Amino acid sequence: MKRIFIREEFCIGCRLCEIHCLVAHSSSKDIIKVFKKEKPRPISRIIVEQKGYNSFSLQCRHCDKPYCLEACMSGALYRDEKSGAILQDKEKCVGCWMCIMVCPYGVIKREINNKKVSSKCDLCIDREIPICVERCPNQALILKEV
Amino acid sequence: MKILIIGNSVAAIGAIEAIRSKDYSHEITVVSDEPYPVYSRPLISYLLAKEIKPSQIYYRSSDFYEKNKVKTILGKKVNKVFFDQKMIQLEDGEKVYYDCILLSTGGNPFIPKLEGIDKQGVFCFTKLNDVKRISSQIEKVKKVVVIGGGLIGIKAAEALKKRKKEVIIVELAKHILSLTMDETASSILEKALKKEGIEILTSDTVKEIIGDKEVEAVRLSSGKTIYTEMVIVAIGVLPNIEIFKESGLKIGKGIIVNERMETNLKDVYSAGDVTESYDLISGQYRTIPIWPNAYYQGKVAGSQMVGDKNYIYEGGLMMNSIEVANIPTISVGLVNPSSKDGFEVVKRIDKLSNEYRKILIKDDKIVGALFVGNIDRAGIITGLIRDKINVKRFKKDLVSNTFGLISLPQELRKERLYSLR
Repeated sequence: MKRIFIREEFCIGCRLCEIHCLVAHSSSKDIIKVFKKEKPRPISRIIVEQKGYNSFSLQCRHCDKPYCLEACMSGALYRDEKSGAILQDKEKCVGCWMCIMVCPYGVIKREINNKKVSSKCDLCIDREIPICVERCPNQALILKEV
Repeated sequence: MKILIIGNSVAAIGAIEAIRSKDYSHEITVVSDEPYPVYSRPLISYLLAKEIKPSQIYYRSSDFYEKNKVKTILGKKVNKVFFDQKMIQLEDGEKVYYDCILLSTGGNPFIPKLEGIDKQGVFCFTKLNDVKRISSQIEKVKKVVVIGGGLIGIKAAEALKKRKKEVIIVELAKHILSLTMDETASSILEKALKKEGIEILTSDTVKEIIGDKEVEAVRLSSGKTIYTEMVIVAIGVLPNIEIFKESGLKIGKGIIVNERMETNLKDVYSAGDVTESYDLISGQYRTIPIWPNAYYQGKVAGSQMVGDKNYIYEGGLMMNSIEVANIPTISVGLVNPSSKDGFEVVKRIDKLSNEYRKILIKDDKIVGALFVGNIDRAGIITGLIRDKINVKRFKKDLVSNTFGLISLPQELRKERLYSLR
């Protein structure tokens, strides 16, 4: 199984990962259209943390023993058998925020655009390399087999 | 091995999924008095409010039992248990034998012995059948009194408000949500609920339900009389231990379990709201009737039954996430200690946006946290509580609105990023 690893000493805080994540999860997949026309604008599933000169890009760790999966009362969260990623059925999610309460990384966000749902990294399972890893200019995010 | 599970909610599912992640050789049978495939009890308020489709109440897909090779006996009560004979007897007399049993019978609503409690129009609010019963009456009802301003009472009240009913909550304590919130948080939420048009009466309770056959009014201990056509009883939930009382099981408030979810009897396991288990914060045994705890306990029980020792129950943590009048809130651990001795409090309140955050610290470790209005990144705090992390060096940052893993000292951050599960 492939997982994203964070190398914070290489992160320059450019936040390109956030932008590309947002575009990859938009309906048009077009950076200009997303920012100018898509309303509500989709949200990035990444959190860039920054304090002084330190920064890093954080996304779901797709844990072996995921707290979110146990806490999800609607049954919206599940593990994709092939990739091992923790994925979400947005139709089922009711926005109870139990996953936010238990995730020790704090990587699940609230999305309150059309309907209240939680929003998390899907490891870009349709792509060979997750977009944030691919577009990171400084290899602060890398993909490794675990 | 023949595995028998009594109860068909989240703890049972946790066990089934844990067992089947290892192998398919064991026979699994689930018995429940409810006729439905597994559904999410916390979603019943969403169903009543018509915020979800009826099919969305179901927690797993319709082929769950078939796919997991689980035999179901649904809609039948267990009459008696004979642990010495490794057998249970159903209400129709049928005997079911097992090698290993999981007791996950959940909780039952507490119903006070009130005058008039058996009148038509009095309902509980914990199960799918409760919603069905309430829904069948709801069209002819204008006004509802909800007894109890806890989580269930508030959810019921809001759902009924969304169905355009007049709703009055009657709460015995000084504030609503008194077990999971503090006064500041409760006040914010009470104001918001009142703004939505829900009436709240605190420091008061229903003394008597009046009516001929059907509910016509309630009389409160303050002397007030409220005319109403429906009463929802939402005072609390107690472990469903009735059938185990004379069985030799060690029971306190709930069935007492160890870190492997074993009871005092051999080959008898228990999980979920029916148990009394170790609490991480108090160090005592108590009931921790919350969804994540039930799933995990079920998972531990299932794993242990089939010899997978990877999962151990290290202790539970009381926590709740609830939106009240569209304000998200999260409460974890101890937020309202009876004495303030020995506790350090860090908090931040924004009067304009009504955002409130409070962290309770004891001996440099977080023991409780409260988030109102903004719950972003709350789980990081939950993780610090669960793992008993010393927070001395970054205490002040805990309630900052920029708090994140970056607020942790680098070596601790790296440890938490790479050594968690």
